[in-house]
Amino acid sequence: MPLGHYLVLSGLLFAIGATGVFVRRNIITLLLSVEIMLNAVNLAFVAFGRQFGTVDGQIITFFVMTVAAAEAAVGLALVIGLFRHRESLNPEAFTSLKW
Amino acid sequence: MGFDQLLFYVFAAVAVLGSLLVIGQTSPIYSVLALIVAFFGLSGLYVLLEAPFVAVVQIIIYAGAIMVLFLFTVMLLNVPREGASDWDRGHPHVRVWPVRIGTVLGVVMAVQLIWALSRTVGLGAGVADQRPAASEVSELGRVLFTDYMFAFEVTSILIIVAMVGAVVLARKREN
Amino acid sequence: MAGLLDWLTAPQTIFFLTVTMVVFVALQLSAAVMVYAERKVAAFMQQRYGPYLVGPKGLLQPIADIVKLIFKEELKPKAADTLLFAAAPVISAIAAFTAFAPVPFGASTTFFGFLDEPMPLVVADINVAVLVIFAVTSMGVYGIVLAGWSSNSKYSLLGGLRSSAQMISYELAYGMSLATIVMLAGSLSLREIVDAQQGYWLGFIPKWYAFINPISFLVFATAGIAETNRAPFDFPEAEQELVAGYHTEYSSMRFALFFLAEYINMVTVAAVSTNLFLGGWHGPFIPEAYGWIWFLIKLAVLCFGYLWLRWTLPRFRYDQLMSFGWKLMLPLATINLLVSAAGVLYFGL
Repeated sequence: MPLGHYLVLSGLLFAIGATGVFVRRNIITLLLSVEIMLNAVNLAFVAFGRQFGTVDGQIITFFVMTVAAAEAAVGLALVIGLFRHRESLNPEAFTSLKW
Repeated sequence: MGFDQLLFYVFAAVAVLGSLLVIGQTSPIYSVLALIVAFFGLSGLYVLLEAPFVAVVQIIIYAGAIMVLFLFTVMLLNVPREGASDWDRGHPHVRVWPVRIGTVLGVVMAVQLIWALSRTVGLGAGVADQRPAASEVSELGRVLFTDYMFAFEVTSILIIVAMVGAVVLARKREN
Repeated sequence: MAGLLDWLTAPQTIFFLTVTMVVFVALQLSAAVMVYAERKVAAFMQQRYGPYLVGPKGLLQPIADIVKLIFKEELKPKAADTLLFAAAPVISAIAAFTAFAPVPFGASTTFFGFLDEPMPLVVADINVAVLVIFAVTSMGVYGIVLAGWSSNSKYSLLGGLRSSAQMISYELAYGMSLATIVMLAGSLSLREIVDAQQGYWLGFIPKWYAFINPISFLVFATAGIAETNRAPFDFPEAEQELVAGYHTEYSSMRFALFFLAEYINMVTVAAVSTNLFLGGWHGPFIPEAYGWIWFLIKLAVLCFGYLWLRWTLPRFRYDQLMSFGWKLMLPLATINLLVSAAGVLYFGL
């Protein structure tokens, strides 16, 4: 399978994730779209790692996954805190810097 | 076409369709489940790239832990379908044009990336052509604990910080 | 096309399909046997007869149960989410069956000369088998949490959330004890872990990991029981507390699927414990080619142990259960991992 195919797929997934961030009006789905983007990047890393015959691509993938997990945890905790205050998950509801 | 090529297209289709469903449909629970399906497609692609450890770790961590976290949050907050609450409907903040322009921008980004990749030299070589795969778990462990030792330790601190931060942020205020 | 036909009739493919069919049917039969055995063992411990009317000594009782479940009416709450309500038991059942796929149950065999070279008795011989089992067990959580959510009822939701929180909490201790054994054996493949337990000390004590690392065995067995929601960790589906937890609103074949998934999960945990800690299919007096007999014997002993625990110990309360998992099992498994690592490094175990 040519490397180009994997990279095109990775780019496509990244664009889909970015579209999700632009379009969706729900904070949790925004976080899901960010996860799609991170996975697209993981795919590119593993494809390049295989191309060069090293394991470095896979190692970096672990770190990306760990950071994604930490970010998801903190992001969702923030969402819960925000929801408690405003009863809405629309990011456009949070327009003022001070409650 | 060869069996491997067929599998690549199948898994790629699963990943892309899953991602499109995540951003395309309104119910958040279905979005989370569609993303889990997309992760299975990606996991299949990792197996095709001869990285079985990464494939399994993807299922364990992403589909098995992070998505459970998302699912719990969605159930806890009882998130309604998008656009269904009074706040959203008829409010001056609801705008249709940002959604349309956002979609166009996303398509433009995809076209740009694919165009740039098509003009790059050297991407036609097969992934498995030149060098043999080095995907033994022992090799992964060796490199992780020697070359990437610092990143490993910093990641452990990151996880502790994130854990403490999440617990503190999600706590009920006593006031 | 000719290549495809060659591949389909090759001895390896026929062997693979045979093993898959045998495992599939055997898992369902084992669930039926476990249902019967549970009631008989419970009756014996409670000094009464178990089922004895249907068939000789009540042996046809599981068949009667299955027939009854098939003929019940399929109910669905009006406000339930149709797609998820139907999909949840299917996800549970798929995860239960798939978890047994990487588990080997016999030595490599040429199947009486049918094959050119010996192939192991396993549905899928994966070199990261331990992790695959762990991954598929994590997927089983989704069946439960979606069942609780889609039933749109208080008892179901609470039961589903509690049950899945319990499962993901005990997955940590489960994984730590797995990591200890992987370190001792030096491989992630279950077949190689079993083969590392061959041989005897002093001629009669087998070299099982249960003897080298008993803490790991205890932690794994306990976490396994908690993972499958069996007593004494079955608070989320206890009749006295939550009606029936996440499967309150299910009836007929969907309930049968959950039921089946629970028993098959139990058999899988017992099978994985046998392979990791009790030496799998190695044993005296029986030639290696029939090692699966020893596997079945050890599996039966472990399953009897699980039944024994259910009818002997009282149930943990939910907060006791969670604190037991996080504050006792996880630190114990972690310290055990550290000590084992030191042992492997300095004493070359």
